[in-house]
Amino acid sequence: MPNSDHTHEGRRRLLRGALCASMCATMSAVLADTARAAGPEAAKLAPQPGDELCFASFEHDGRLVQPADLEPGAAPLLVYPRDPASGVIRERSRINQILLLRLMPDDAAAAGLDAAGEGVIAFSGICTHAACAVSEWNAELRHVVCPCHASEYDPAHKAKVVSGPAPRALPSLPVARRDDRYVITGPFSGAVGAPA
Amino acid sequence: MMRLRVMMATALVSWLGAASAADPAYRAVTDARLAAPEPHNWLMTRGDYGSLGYSPLDQITVANVATLKPEWTFSTGVSEAHQAPPIVNDGVMFITTPRNQVIAIDASTGNQLWRYARELPADLFQLHPTNRGVALYGDLVLLATLDAYLVALDARTGEVKWEQQVEDYLSGYYMTLAPLVAEGRVMVGVSGGEFGVRGFVQAFDATTGEPAWKTFTVPGPGEPGHDSWPGNTWQRGGVPVWVTGSYDADAKLAYWGTGNAGPWIGDERKGDNLYATSVIALDVASGAIRAHHQYHWHDVWDWDEVAAPLLLDLERDGKPTKALVHAGRDGYLWWLERKQGSIGFVDAKPYVQQNVYTGIDPQTGRPSYDEARIPRAGARTEFCPSIWGGKDWPPAAYSPQTGLLYIPANENLCGAITGEPAKYRPGELYMGVPLTKLEVNPTPAAKDHIGELQAWDLKTRERVWKVDFKSHNWGPVLATGGGLVFAGGTNDRYFRAFDAKTGKLLWQQRTNSGVVGMPASYEVDGRQYIAVQSGWGVDAQRKQDFLDKAFKTRTQVPQGGVLWVFAVPE
Repeated sequence: MPNSDHTHEGRRRLLRGALCASMCATMSAVLADTARAAGPEAAKLAPQPGDELCFASFEHDGRLVQPADLEPGAAPLLVYPRDPASGVIRERSRINQILLLRLMPDDAAAAGLDAAGEGVIAFSGICTHAACAVSEWNAELRHVVCPCHASEYDPAHKAKVVSGPAPRALPSLPVARRDDRYVITGPFSGAVGAPA
Repeated sequence: MMRLRVMMATALVSWLGAASAADPAYRAVTDARLAAPEPHNWLMTRGDYGSLGYSPLDQITVANVATLKPEWTFSTGVSEAHQAPPIVNDGVMFITTPRNQVIAIDASTGNQLWRYARELPADLFQLHPTNRGVALYGDLVLLATLDAYLVALDARTGEVKWEQQVEDYLSGYYMTLAPLVAEGRVMVGVSGGEFGVRGFVQAFDATTGEPAWKTFTVPGPGEPGHDSWPGNTWQRGGVPVWVTGSYDADAKLAYWGTGNAGPWIGDERKGDNLYATSVIALDVASGAIRAHHQYHWHDVWDWDEVAAPLLLDLERDGKPTKALVHAGRDGYLWWLERKQGSIGFVDAKPYVQQNVYTGIDPQTGRPSYDEARIPRAGARTEFCPSIWGGKDWPPAAYSPQTGLLYIPANENLCGAITGEPAKYRPGELYMGVPLTKLEVNPTPAAKDHIGELQAWDLKTRERVWKVDFKSHNWGPVLATGGGLVFAGGTNDRYFRAFDAKTGKLLWQQRTNSGVVGMPASYEVDGRQYIAVQSGWGVDAQRKQDFLDKAFKTRTQVPQGGVLWVFAVPE
């Protein structure tokens, strides 16, 4: 881990300070927006473009994900969107669970990912069969597995279903690296979770 | 947490049919009626407070059951497990479906009166998408929901009168049981034994919804039994309550069965882990635990003992006793006794193959274990019966007429668990056993049969007869005064009637799906009906998938709920 939680917390405070300074310029409008964004509903909102990716509050104190957290070919990280303005982690909705991983270089090239992205991709962490959390990792095949009914997805091939009852691939979530953070750049590619 | 809300519109309620809304003739349900339900009604899930699953109606008999015919059916339009019984109050029937719909139906014509469909959160994780019925009180219909609310509907219209949040579904709590009403209180218990919850039973005023008391099934610091949990393990110790309890109206005690300790693998929670896999007696006025009996200590087999014990009077050594009988998921049939301030052990006998217990203390009923059969992290452990036990939740029935207990059992199945350290994430599985490393292993005899319907003489403590089914059996049982036993539960979609004395098959009807619903019997205008929902799903389906894997077969049981109502021709 290149940055300790302590160091990172310091950076977070700095960022908040900078953010606060910029807010002063358009205080009334921004305050209204921030209040809305930081309300109880903010923690349930679907991922928004511009949201940063972070750990859940019960893991690593909810700090931002950093490039060094992602080893090529390693098991995905469970992450959540975080509103950069309010710092609210959108973890009050299960369907905001995101799997973030770095593909092996060959897999990334085969998947057509550009080199700048360093093979980092994100998918919904909710199974398309019965909405269980896709929480297991088949290290040999580098597949993610749903423990409930054993649906298995291949992240190197757009998280397509390779076995089990899941009816469709895990929706992907576009993300980009901004300095040492990861930021969401668009919506999920399809409906998250299982059909009602 | 506890918010009382007068609800107007969180759900879709529709009214159809001329006989519907605002029927002034609806008869209020009182404590007195619940304590002594009329034979022509089916006012609670198992028919009476003792959970006997017995209707005294005797128009449909051993002699005429062969002529039993469907009178009408009703499609719910919902898939997954339809486990709820039809609840009937003077010709008005209430059924529930998975995803928390409640449908009121004219019990003689099949006309829909109204339908309530709860709007469930989009991110709800439904490990058990089912519901086991409503409770009635006054002019209210009471429903426990998957998103952990208690909802009161107007019995005449389906309008939401009030609702109470019982817990936060995002923390893994949910509810599938029918509430239990007694002495003006409505009690519910929570599911979530696989999600790191701390189980409890909570009571509310059955008329207003005001909270009355809440009793945790895992004792907190300073409470008796707390020292059976090391460290902070009690905080996520599980012990859910997901089947409706029984009620002793004389003693004013509610008897609830409790579920598994959590996580399944118990390396970190050494101890008895009270009150997991027990029966607890709760004072309905205060919620205080007045007595308990733990069937097996330190559960690591997921043998939930949630099925409520049957309360009945039983002669013992020539004297009448207040008995408490339970066909356990652990594969043992338990005879207990309700005493002042305690639950006494009488006897226990295996009713299916069981290789975990090496003995049972004759005084206390405490089992001793074969160490090699105790699942642990980092090892694969085999044991019999499988995690679904000799009998899972489907309730047994008792006929006072025959003195026999009817058990829907599963034989010739063992299982194996490969444990690992459990990692807690709020609202997600917390088991210490990947579901992908869970096994159900049929024994060689399983090629002959798995499912059984067993009849036990509770006085002699001997099995009198049994019927074998090639399929596994998930069928709740109904006994009637006509000398009959009704049950479905097999993957061949049949619903059957047996001679209660001999087990002889007298009638069967193939239905739309597998019958995992609780059957009921009632009478309207002098005519007796048998009613049951057919709709396969949840663990019956899950276990079928495991069996198909073991047998290298592919069994497809169609899903989709249909209520079937039968009668003999007039």
